[in-house]
Amino acid sequence: MERQVILNEKHLELTLKRLSHELIESHLDFSQTVLVGLQPRGIHLVSHLKATLEKILKKPVTCGNLDITFFRDDFRRRERPLIPSITNLNFSIENKKVVLVDDVLYTGRTIRSGLDALMTFGRPSKVELLVLIDRRFQRDLPIQADYVGKAVDTLISERVSVEWKETVVLFTKE
Amino acid sequence: MTNISVDHLTGIKDLTKEDIELIFKTADSFKEVINRPIKKVPSLRDITIANIFFENSTRTRLSFELAEKRLSADVVNFSASGSSVKKGETLIDTVNNILSMKVDMVVMRHSSPGAAEFLSKKVNARIINAGDGTHEHPTQALLDAYSIREKLGKVAGKKVVIVGDILHSRVALSNIYCLQKLGAEVMVCGPTTLIPKYIHELGVHVSHNLVEALEWCDVANMLRIQLERQDIKFFPSLREYTMLFGLNKEILNSLSKEIVVMHPGPINRGVEITSDVADSKQSIILQQVENGVAIRMAVIYLLAAKIER
Repeated sequence: MERQVILNEKHLELTLKRLSHELIESHLDFSQTVLVGLQPRGIHLVSHLKATLEKILKKPVTCGNLDITFFRDDFRRRERPLIPSITNLNFSIENKKVVLVDDVLYTGRTIRSGLDALMTFGRPSKVELLVLIDRRFQRDLPIQADYVGKAVDTLISERVSVEWKETVVLFTKE
Repeated sequence: MTNISVDHLTGIKDLTKEDIELIFKTADSFKEVINRPIKKVPSLRDITIANIFFENSTRTRLSFELAEKRLSADVVNFSASGSSVKKGETLIDTVNNILSMKVDMVVMRHSSPGAAEFLSKKVNARIINAGDGTHEHPTQALLDAYSIREKLGKVAGKKVVIVGDILHSRVALSNIYCLQKLGAEVMVCGPTTLIPKYIHELGVHVSHNLVEALEWCDVANMLRIQLERQDIKFFPSLREYTMLFGLNKEILNSLSKEIVVMHPGPINRGVEITSDVADSKQSIILQQVENGVAIRMAVIYLLAAKIER
Protein backbone atom coordinates (compact mmCIF):
# COMPACT_ATOMS: atom_id res chain seq x y z
CA MET A 1 0.00 0.00 0.00
CA GLU A 2 1.44 3.32 -1.04
CA ARG A 3 0.71 6.21 1.26
CA GLN A 4 0.76 9.78 0.14
CA VAL A 5 0.15 12.67 2.50
CA ILE A 6 -2.26 15.19 1.05
CA LEU A 7 -2.42 17.52 4.05
CA ASN A 8 0.05 17.55 6.92
CA GLU A 9 -0.42 19.01 10.39
CA LYS A 10 0.65 22.52 9.44
CA HIS A 11 -1.46 22.61 6.29
CA LEU A 12 -4.42 21.32 8.23
CA GLU A 13 -4.19 24.12 10.76
CA LEU A 14 -4.09 26.70 7.98
CA THR A 15 -6.97 25.02 6.16
CA LEU A 16 -9.13 24.94 9.30
CA LYS A 17 -8.43 28.63 9.86
CA ARG A 18 -9.29 29.48 6.27
CA LEU A 19 -12.52 27.45 6.40
CA SER A 20 -13.46 29.16 9.67
CA HIS A 21 -12.97 32.59 8.15
CA GLU A 22 -14.97 31.60 5.07
CA LEU A 23 -17.78 30.46 7.37
CA ILE A 24 -17.67 33.71 9.34
CA GLU A 25 -17.79 35.65 6.07
CA SER A 26 -21.23 34.26 5.26
CA HIS A 27 -22.56 33.50 8.75
CA LEU A 28 -21.22 36.50 10.69
CA ASP A 29 -21.60 35.82 14.42
CA PHE A 30 -23.24 32.37 14.07
CA SER A 31 -26.38 33.47 15.97
CA GLN A 32 -28.63 31.82 13.34
CA THR A 33 -26.22 29.09 12.23
CA VAL A 34 -25.47 25.60 13.53
CA LEU A 35 -22.78 23.10 12.53
CA VAL A 36 -23.90 19.49 12.08
CA GLY A 37 -21.26 16.77 11.70
CA LEU A 38 -22.14 13.57 9.89
CA GLN A 39 -21.41 10.40 11.86
CA PRO A 40 -19.04 8.70 12.12
CA ARG A 41 -16.17 10.76 10.70
CA GLY A 42 -17.55 14.26 10.26
CA ILE A 43 -17.77 14.80 14.00
CA HIS A 44 -14.00 15.13 14.48
CA LEU A 45 -13.89 17.89 11.89
CA VAL A 46 -16.80 19.62 13.63
CA SER A 47 -15.02 19.63 16.98
CA HIS A 48 -11.88 21.11 15.37
CA LEU A 49 -13.89 23.75 13.52
CA LYS A 50 -15.84 24.60 16.67
CA ALA A 51 -12.61 25.17 18.59
CA THR A 52 -11.15 27.36 15.83
CA LEU A 53 -14.37 29.36 15.37
CA GLU A 54 -14.84 29.95 19.09
CA LYS A 55 -11.26 31.19 19.35
CA ILE A 56 -11.94 33.79 16.64
CA LEU A 57 -15.49 34.74 17.61
CA LYS A 58 -14.95 34.49 21.38
CA LYS A 59 -18.45 33.05 21.82
CA PRO A 60 -19.92 29.53 21.76
CA VAL A 61 -20.96 27.97 18.45
CA THR A 62 -23.83 25.44 18.41
CA CYS A 63 -22.78 22.04 17.10
CA GLY A 64 -24.41 18.63 16.76
CA ASN A 65 -23.84 15.13 15.41
CA LEU A 66 -26.16 13.41 12.96
CA ASP A 67 -26.25 9.68 12.26
CA ILE A 68 -27.46 8.77 8.78
CA THR A 69 -27.39 4.96 8.97
CA PHE A 70 -31.15 4.43 8.58
CA PHE A 71 -31.31 6.84 5.62
CA ARG A 72 -28.61 5.18 3.52
CA ASP A 73 -29.53 3.72 0.15
CA ASP A 74 -27.37 0.58 0.45
CA PHE A 75 -29.30 -1.29 3.18
CA ARG A 76 -29.41 -5.02 2.29
CA ARG A 77 -26.84 -4.42 -0.45
CA ARG A 78 -24.08 -5.08 2.03
CA GLU A 79 -22.98 -8.26 3.79
CA ARG A 80 -23.65 -6.96 7.27
CA PRO A 81 -26.30 -4.62 8.63
CA LEU A 82 -25.04 -1.12 9.27
CA ILE A 83 -24.74 -0.38 12.95
CA PRO A 84 -25.82 3.15 13.83
CA SER A 85 -23.81 5.76 15.75
CA ILE A 86 -25.21 8.37 18.10
CA THR A 87 -27.27 11.33 16.92
CA ASN A 88 -26.91 14.33 19.15
CA LEU A 89 -28.95 17.34 18.04
CA ASN A 90 -30.14 19.01 21.23
CA PHE A 91 -31.41 22.13 19.51
CA SER A 92 -34.07 23.08 16.98
CA ILE A 93 -32.95 23.51 13.38
CA GLU A 94 -36.26 25.15 12.45
CA ASN A 95 -35.46 28.31 10.41
CA LYS A 96 -31.74 27.98 11.19
CA LYS A 97 -28.90 27.96 8.70
CA VAL A 98 -27.30 24.52 8.88
CA VAL A 99 -23.77 23.73 7.74
CA LEU A 100 -23.37 19.99 7.17
CA VAL A 101 -19.81 18.87 7.84
CA ASP A 102 -18.07 15.73 6.62
CA ASP A 103 -14.44 14.75 6.11
CA VAL A 104 -14.46 13.47 2.50
CA LEU A 105 -16.93 14.21 -0.30
CA TYR A 106 -16.83 11.35 -2.80
CA THR A 107 -19.98 9.92 -4.44
CA GLY A 108 -22.34 12.33 -2.69
CA ARG A 109 -24.54 9.48 -1.43
CA THR A 110 -23.72 10.10 2.23
CA ILE A 111 -24.65 13.77 1.86
CA ARG A 112 -27.94 12.80 0.16
CA SER A 113 -28.73 10.57 3.18
CA GLY A 114 -27.60 13.36 5.50
CA LEU A 115 -30.03 15.82 3.90
CA ASP A 116 -32.93 13.39 4.32
CA ALA A 117 -31.97 12.64 7.93
CA LEU A 118 -31.63 16.35 8.69
CA MET A 119 -35.11 17.15 7.40
CA THR A 120 -36.70 14.79 9.96
CA PHE A 121 -35.69 17.34 12.61
CA GLY A 122 -37.51 20.25 11.00
CA ARG A 123 -37.19 22.79 8.19
CA PRO A 124 -33.90 24.70 8.17
CA SER A 125 -33.90 28.02 6.29
CA LYS A 126 -30.74 27.03 4.43
CA VAL A 127 -28.37 24.06 4.26
CA GLU A 128 -24.73 24.31 3.17
CA LEU A 129 -21.99 21.71 2.90
CA LEU A 130 -18.43 21.88 4.20
CA VAL A 131 -15.89 19.14 3.48
CA LEU A 132 -12.19 18.83 4.24
CA ILE A 133 -11.39 16.87 1.08
CA ASP A 134 -13.34 16.96 -2.17
CA ARG A 135 -12.63 14.01 -4.48
CA ARG A 136 -13.52 15.81 -7.69
CA PHE A 137 -15.11 14.18 -10.73
CA GLN A 138 -16.23 11.12 -8.70
CA ARG A 139 -19.83 12.09 -7.99
CA ASP A 140 -22.79 9.69 -8.38
CA LEU A 141 -25.28 12.43 -7.51
CA PRO A 142 -25.48 16.14 -8.34
CA ILE A 143 -24.09 17.38 -5.01
CA GLN A 144 -21.31 19.95 -4.55
CA ALA A 145 -19.72 21.46 -1.45
CA ASP A 146 -19.94 25.17 -0.54
CA TYR A 147 -16.69 25.13 1.46
CA VAL A 148 -13.78 22.88 0.47
CA GLY A 149 -10.59 22.31 2.44
CA LYS A 150 -8.72 20.80 -0.47
CA ALA A 151 -9.83 19.34 -3.76
CA VAL A 152 -8.00 16.28 -5.05
CA ASP A 153 -8.19 14.24 -8.24
CA THR A 154 -8.25 10.55 -7.45
CA LEU A 155 -8.93 7.21 -9.09
CA ILE A 156 -11.80 4.99 -7.98
CA SER A 157 -9.25 2.35 -6.94
CA GLU A 158 -7.66 4.80 -4.51
CA ARG A 159 -8.81 5.44 -1.00
CA VAL A 160 -8.69 8.73 0.86
CA SER A 161 -8.78 8.54 4.62
CA VAL A 162 -8.51 11.13 7.33
CA GLU A 163 -6.64 9.94 10.40
CA TRP A 164 -7.12 12.24 13.35
CA LYS A 165 -4.18 11.69 15.65
CA GLU A 166 -3.78 14.55 18.08
CA THR A 167 -4.74 16.95 15.28
CA VAL A 168 -2.22 15.35 12.92
CA VAL A 169 -3.90 14.35 9.72
CA LEU A 170 -2.58 11.97 7.15
CA PHE A 171 -4.25 11.39 3.88
CA THR A 172 -3.28 8.18 2.27
CA LYS A 173 -3.58 6.96 -1.23
CA GLU A 174 -3.18 3.29 -1.84
CA MET B 1 -20.10 -8.31 16.11
CA THR B 2 -22.39 -6.51 13.73
CA ASN B 3 -24.72 -9.27 12.70
CA ILE B 4 -27.41 -11.14 14.61
CA SER B 5 -26.73 -14.89 14.78
CA VAL B 6 -30.26 -16.10 13.95
CA ASP B 7 -32.35 -15.92 10.76
CA HIS B 8 -35.67 -15.91 12.62
CA LEU B 9 -36.69 -14.74 16.08
CA THR B 10 -38.66 -17.71 17.40
CA GLY B 11 -37.46 -17.53 20.99
CA ILE B 12 -34.91 -15.97 23.33
CA LYS B 13 -33.49 -19.46 23.90
CA ASP B 14 -31.73 -19.31 20.49
CA LEU B 15 -30.16 -15.88 21.04
CA THR B 16 -26.69 -15.24 22.41
CA LYS B 17 -25.83 -12.54 24.92
CA GLU B 18 -24.12 -10.64 22.09
CA ASP B 19 -27.30 -10.80 19.99
CA ILE B 20 -29.32 -9.29 22.82
CA GLU B 21 -26.75 -6.54 23.36
CA LEU B 22 -26.73 -5.78 19.62
CA ILE B 23 -30.54 -5.51 19.66
CA PHE B 24 -30.35 -3.13 22.64
CA LYS B 25 -27.70 -0.97 20.99
CA THR B 26 -29.75 -0.74 17.80
CA ALA B 27 -32.89 0.00 19.85
CA ASP B 28 -31.08 2.95 21.49
CA SER B 29 -30.81 4.57 18.07
CA PHE B 30 -34.41 3.82 17.16
CA LYS B 31 -35.59 5.24 20.47
CA GLU B 32 -33.90 8.50 19.47
CA VAL B 33 -35.59 8.27 16.05
CA ILE B 34 -39.11 7.85 17.46
CA ASN B 35 -38.65 10.96 19.56
CA ARG B 36 -37.88 13.12 16.49
CA PRO B 37 -40.51 15.42 14.98
CA ILE B 38 -40.67 13.03 11.99
CA LYS B 39 -40.59 9.54 13.49
CA LYS B 40 -39.85 7.65 10.33
CA VAL B 41 -36.76 6.29 8.55
CA PRO B 42 -36.68 4.85 5.01
CA SER B 43 -34.53 1.74 5.71
CA LEU B 44 -37.14 -0.94 4.89
CA ARG B 45 -39.01 0.71 2.04
CA ASP B 46 -38.54 -2.32 -0.23
CA ILE B 47 -39.76 -4.87 2.32
CA THR B 48 -43.27 -6.19 2.95
CA ILE B 49 -44.25 -7.60 6.33
CA ALA B 50 -47.37 -9.62 7.20
CA ASN B 51 -48.73 -9.50 10.75
CA ILE B 52 -50.59 -12.75 11.25
CA PHE B 53 -52.48 -12.93 14.52
CA PHE B 54 -54.34 -16.12 15.35
CA GLU B 55 -54.83 -14.88 18.93
CA ASN B 56 -56.09 -11.58 20.32
CA SER B 57 -53.66 -8.74 20.94
CA THR B 58 -53.74 -4.97 21.33
CA ARG B 59 -50.31 -3.83 22.44
CA THR B 60 -48.10 -6.29 20.61
CA ARG B 61 -49.95 -5.93 17.34
CA LEU B 62 -50.08 -2.14 17.44
CA SER B 63 -46.47 -1.99 18.54
CA PHE B 64 -45.29 -4.24 15.69
CA GLU B 65 -47.35 -2.33 13.16
CA LEU B 66 -45.98 1.02 14.35
CA ALA B 67 -42.43 -0.35 14.32
CA GLU B 68 -42.87 -1.61 10.76
CA LYS B 69 -44.40 1.62 9.52
CA ARG B 70 -41.70 3.73 11.14
CA LEU B 71 -39.15 1.69 9.22
CA SER B 72 -41.16 2.42 6.02
CA ALA B 73 -42.04 -1.24 5.39
CA ASP B 74 -45.28 -2.15 3.65
CA VAL B 75 -47.61 -3.83 6.13
CA VAL B 76 -50.47 -6.28 5.70
CA ASN B 77 -52.58 -7.41 8.64
CA PHE B 78 -54.42 -10.62 9.11
CA SER B 79 -56.43 -11.92 12.03
CA ALA B 80 -57.88 -15.38 12.35
CA SER B 81 -61.41 -14.19 13.03
CA GLY B 82 -62.99 -13.31 9.71
CA SER B 83 -60.43 -15.33 7.69
CA SER B 84 -60.39 -18.63 5.82
CA VAL B 85 -58.86 -20.32 8.87
CA LYS B 86 -62.45 -20.68 9.99
CA LYS B 87 -63.14 -22.56 6.74
CA GLY B 88 -60.55 -25.20 7.59
CA GLU B 89 -57.34 -23.97 5.97
CA THR B 90 -54.09 -25.23 7.56
CA LEU B 91 -51.43 -22.89 9.02
CA ILE B 92 -48.88 -23.65 6.29
CA ASP B 93 -51.44 -23.14 3.52
CA THR B 94 -52.58 -19.85 4.99
CA VAL B 95 -49.04 -18.54 5.35
CA ASN B 96 -47.86 -19.81 1.96
CA ASN B 97 -50.81 -18.10 0.31
CA ILE B 98 -49.85 -14.86 1.98
CA LEU B 99 -46.21 -15.33 0.97
CA SER B 100 -47.23 -15.88 -2.69
CA MET B 101 -48.19 -12.24 -2.60
CA LYS B 102 -44.45 -11.49 -2.13
CA VAL B 103 -44.16 -10.97 1.60
CA ASP B 104 -40.61 -10.96 3.04
CA MET B 105 -41.27 -11.27 6.74
CA VAL B 106 -44.01 -12.71 8.94
CA VAL B 107 -44.85 -11.63 12.48
CA MET B 108 -47.03 -14.34 13.97
CA ARG B 109 -48.97 -14.96 17.15
CA HIS B 110 -50.49 -18.41 17.54
CA SER B 111 -52.03 -20.39 20.38
CA SER B 112 -49.87 -23.49 19.76
CA PRO B 113 -46.41 -23.63 21.39
CA GLY B 114 -43.75 -24.04 18.69
CA ALA B 115 -45.91 -22.64 15.88
CA ALA B 116 -43.30 -20.00 14.95
CA GLU B 117 -40.42 -22.51 15.01
CA PHE B 118 -42.47 -24.90 12.85
CA LEU B 119 -43.26 -22.17 10.35
CA SER B 120 -39.63 -21.01 10.14
CA LYS B 121 -38.68 -24.47 8.88
CA LYS B 122 -41.48 -24.72 6.35
CA VAL B 123 -41.81 -21.37 4.63
CA ASN B 124 -39.43 -19.06 2.86
CA ALA B 125 -39.66 -15.87 4.92
CA ARG B 126 -38.15 -14.41 8.09
CA ILE B 127 -40.38 -15.31 11.04
CA ILE B 128 -40.79 -13.25 14.20
CA ASN B 129 -42.63 -14.91 17.03
CA ALA B 130 -45.13 -12.54 18.63
CA GLY B 131 -46.20 -15.17 21.16
CA ASP B 132 -46.77 -18.89 20.65
CA GLY B 133 -49.19 -20.30 23.22
CA THR B 134 -47.56 -20.82 26.61
CA HIS B 135 -44.06 -21.11 25.09
CA GLU B 136 -42.21 -17.84 24.28
CA HIS B 137 -42.83 -14.15 23.64
CA PRO B 138 -39.32 -12.99 22.76
CA THR B 139 -39.91 -9.31 21.94
CA GLN B 140 -41.72 -8.81 25.26
CA ALA B 141 -38.75 -10.25 27.18
CA LEU B 142 -36.35 -8.05 25.20
CA LEU B 143 -38.32 -4.90 25.93
CA ASP B 144 -38.65 -5.88 29.61
CA ALA B 145 -34.90 -6.34 29.96
CA TYR B 146 -34.28 -3.16 27.93
CA SER B 147 -36.58 -1.23 30.29
CA ILE B 148 -34.70 -2.58 33.33
CA ARG B 149 -31.40 -1.56 31.69
CA GLU B 150 -32.78 1.90 31.05
CA LYS B 151 -34.18 2.33 34.58
CA LEU B 152 -31.35 0.75 36.60
CA GLY B 153 -28.40 1.27 34.25
CA LYS B 154 -27.67 -2.40 33.73
CA VAL B 155 -29.28 -5.83 33.94
CA ALA B 156 -26.30 -7.89 35.14
CA GLY B 157 -26.40 -8.57 38.88
CA LYS B 158 -29.98 -7.34 39.34
CA LYS B 159 -32.59 -9.47 41.07
CA VAL B 160 -35.91 -9.85 39.27
CA VAL B 161 -38.99 -11.61 40.59
CA ILE B 162 -41.77 -12.70 38.25
CA VAL B 163 -45.06 -12.96 40.11
CA GLY B 164 -48.23 -14.75 39.04
CA ASP B 165 -49.34 -17.34 36.54
CA ILE B 166 -45.92 -18.74 35.60
CA LEU B 167 -47.42 -22.00 34.30
CA HIS B 168 -49.36 -20.39 31.46
CA SER B 169 -47.05 -17.46 30.81
CA ARG B 170 -44.90 -17.18 27.69
CA VAL B 171 -43.69 -13.86 29.03
CA ALA B 172 -42.27 -15.61 32.12
CA LEU B 173 -40.30 -18.21 30.14
CA SER B 174 -38.84 -15.68 27.67
CA ASN B 175 -38.01 -13.33 30.54
CA ILE B 176 -36.18 -16.06 32.45
CA TYR B 177 -34.01 -16.91 29.41
CA CYS B 178 -33.35 -13.27 28.58
CA LEU B 179 -32.54 -12.07 32.10
CA GLN B 180 -30.28 -15.04 32.82
CA LYS B 181 -28.35 -14.54 29.57
CA LEU B 182 -27.74 -10.95 30.63
CA GLY B 183 -26.51 -12.04 34.06
CA ALA B 184 -29.52 -11.23 36.26
CA GLU B 185 -30.88 -13.46 39.02
CA VAL B 186 -34.48 -14.58 38.59
CA MET B 187 -37.11 -15.71 41.10
CA VAL B 188 -40.63 -16.85 40.33
CA CYS B 189 -43.43 -16.38 42.84
CA GLY B 190 -47.00 -17.66 42.81
CA PRO B 191 -49.36 -20.34 44.09
CA THR B 192 -47.87 -23.87 43.92
CA THR B 193 -50.40 -24.87 41.28
CA LEU B 194 -49.29 -22.09 38.93
CA ILE B 195 -45.53 -22.81 39.18
CA PRO B 196 -44.36 -25.43 36.62
CA LYS B 197 -43.11 -28.65 38.22
CA TYR B 198 -39.65 -28.60 36.61
CA ILE B 199 -38.98 -24.85 36.93
CA HIS B 200 -35.86 -25.57 39.10
CA GLU B 201 -34.12 -26.95 36.01
CA LEU B 202 -34.04 -23.42 34.61
CA GLY B 203 -31.96 -22.33 37.59
CA VAL B 204 -34.48 -19.92 39.10
CA HIS B 205 -35.41 -19.36 42.73
CA VAL B 206 -38.97 -20.21 43.78
CA SER B 207 -41.05 -18.51 46.44
CA HIS B 208 -44.65 -18.81 47.48
CA ASN B 209 -44.63 -15.74 49.68
CA LEU B 210 -45.07 -12.37 47.95
CA VAL B 211 -43.54 -10.17 50.68
CA GLU B 212 -40.50 -12.43 51.00
CA ALA B 213 -40.01 -12.34 47.21
CA LEU B 214 -40.38 -8.56 47.05
CA GLU B 215 -37.86 -8.04 49.88
CA TRP B 216 -35.36 -10.07 47.83
CA CYS B 217 -35.77 -8.32 44.50
CA ASP B 218 -34.80 -5.07 42.71
CA VAL B 219 -37.54 -5.45 40.11
CA ALA B 220 -40.99 -7.09 40.32
CA ASN B 221 -42.67 -8.15 37.08
CA MET B 222 -46.37 -8.74 37.83
CA LEU B 223 -48.17 -11.10 35.46
CA ARG B 224 -51.84 -11.46 34.68
CA ILE B 225 -53.82 -14.58 35.60
CA GLN B 226 -54.53 -16.15 32.21
CA LEU B 227 -58.05 -17.41 32.85
CA GLU B 228 -58.52 -18.12 29.12
CA ARG B 229 -55.82 -20.81 29.27
CA GLN B 230 -57.05 -22.38 32.51
CA ASP B 231 -59.49 -25.20 31.83
CA ILE B 232 -59.47 -26.35 35.48
CA LYS B 233 -59.44 -24.37 38.73
CA PHE B 234 -55.89 -23.68 39.90
CA PHE B 235 -56.90 -21.67 42.97
CA PRO B 236 -60.15 -21.24 44.92
CA SER B 237 -61.04 -17.70 43.85
CA LEU B 238 -59.56 -14.57 42.28
CA ARG B 239 -60.28 -12.79 45.57
CA GLU B 240 -58.09 -15.24 47.45
CA TYR B 241 -55.35 -14.91 44.81
CA THR B 242 -55.43 -11.13 45.18
CA MET B 243 -55.15 -11.37 48.96
CA LEU B 244 -52.06 -13.58 48.74
CA PHE B 245 -50.30 -12.44 45.54
CA GLY B 246 -51.80 -9.06 44.62
CA LEU B 247 -49.43 -6.09 44.86
CA ASN B 248 -50.84 -3.03 46.64
CA LYS B 249 -49.41 0.25 47.92
CA GLU B 250 -49.35 -0.96 51.54
CA ILE B 251 -47.02 -3.85 50.72
CA LEU B 252 -44.89 -1.64 48.45
CA ASN B 253 -44.46 1.00 51.19
CA SER B 254 -43.62 -1.61 53.83
CA LEU B 255 -40.55 -2.83 51.91
CA SER B 256 -37.10 -1.86 53.13
CA LYS B 257 -36.06 -0.47 49.69
CA GLU B 258 -37.72 1.04 46.63
CA ILE B 259 -38.31 -1.56 43.92
CA VAL B 260 -39.25 -1.14 40.26
CA VAL B 261 -42.68 -2.45 39.27
CA MET B 262 -43.32 -3.83 35.78
CA HIS B 263 -46.29 -5.38 34.02
CA PRO B 264 -46.42 -6.73 30.45
CA GLY B 265 -50.12 -5.86 30.13
CA PRO B 266 -53.02 -6.21 29.85
CA ILE B 267 -53.51 -5.22 33.49
CA ASN B 268 -56.38 -6.60 35.51
CA ARG B 269 -56.55 -3.69 37.94
CA GLY B 270 -57.38 -4.81 41.44
CA VAL B 271 -56.34 -8.43 40.80
CA GLU B 272 -52.55 -8.80 40.44
CA ILE B 273 -51.85 -5.09 40.93
CA THR B 274 -53.86 -2.20 42.37
CA SER B 275 -54.40 1.05 40.48
CA ASP B 276 -52.32 3.15 42.89
CA VAL B 277 -49.31 0.87 42.31
CA ALA B 278 -49.78 0.63 38.55
CA ASP B 279 -49.91 4.42 38.29
CA SER B 280 -47.17 5.10 40.86
CA LYS B 281 -43.69 6.56 40.32
CA GLN B 282 -42.12 3.16 40.83
CA SER B 283 -44.07 1.63 37.95
CA ILE B 284 -42.44 1.67 34.48
CA ILE B 285 -45.41 0.06 32.71
CA LEU B 286 -45.84 2.84 30.13
CA GLN B 287 -42.09 3.10 29.50
CA GLN B 288 -42.20 -0.62 28.68
CA VAL B 289 -44.79 0.10 25.99
CA GLU B 290 -42.70 2.95 24.53
CA ASN B 291 -39.56 0.79 24.52
CA GLY B 292 -41.55 -1.97 22.82
CA VAL B 293 -41.68 -0.02 19.56
CA ALA B 294 -37.92 0.69 19.61
CA ILE B 295 -37.06 -2.94 20.42
CA ARG B 296 -39.32 -4.26 17.65
CA MET B 297 -37.82 -1.79 15.16
CA ALA B 298 -34.37 -3.09 16.10
CA VAL B 299 -35.36 -6.75 15.74
CA ILE B 300 -37.07 -6.17 12.38
CA TYR B 301 -34.15 -4.05 11.11
CA LEU B 302 -31.53 -6.64 12.04
CA LEU B 303 -33.49 -9.58 10.60
CA ALA B 304 -34.43 -7.65 7.44
CA ALA B 305 -30.74 -7.15 6.73
CA LYS B 306 -30.57 -10.92 6.24
CA ILE B 307 -33.24 -11.10 3.54
CA GLU B 308 -31.62 -11.97 0.22
CA ARG B 309 -32.19 -9.54 -2.58
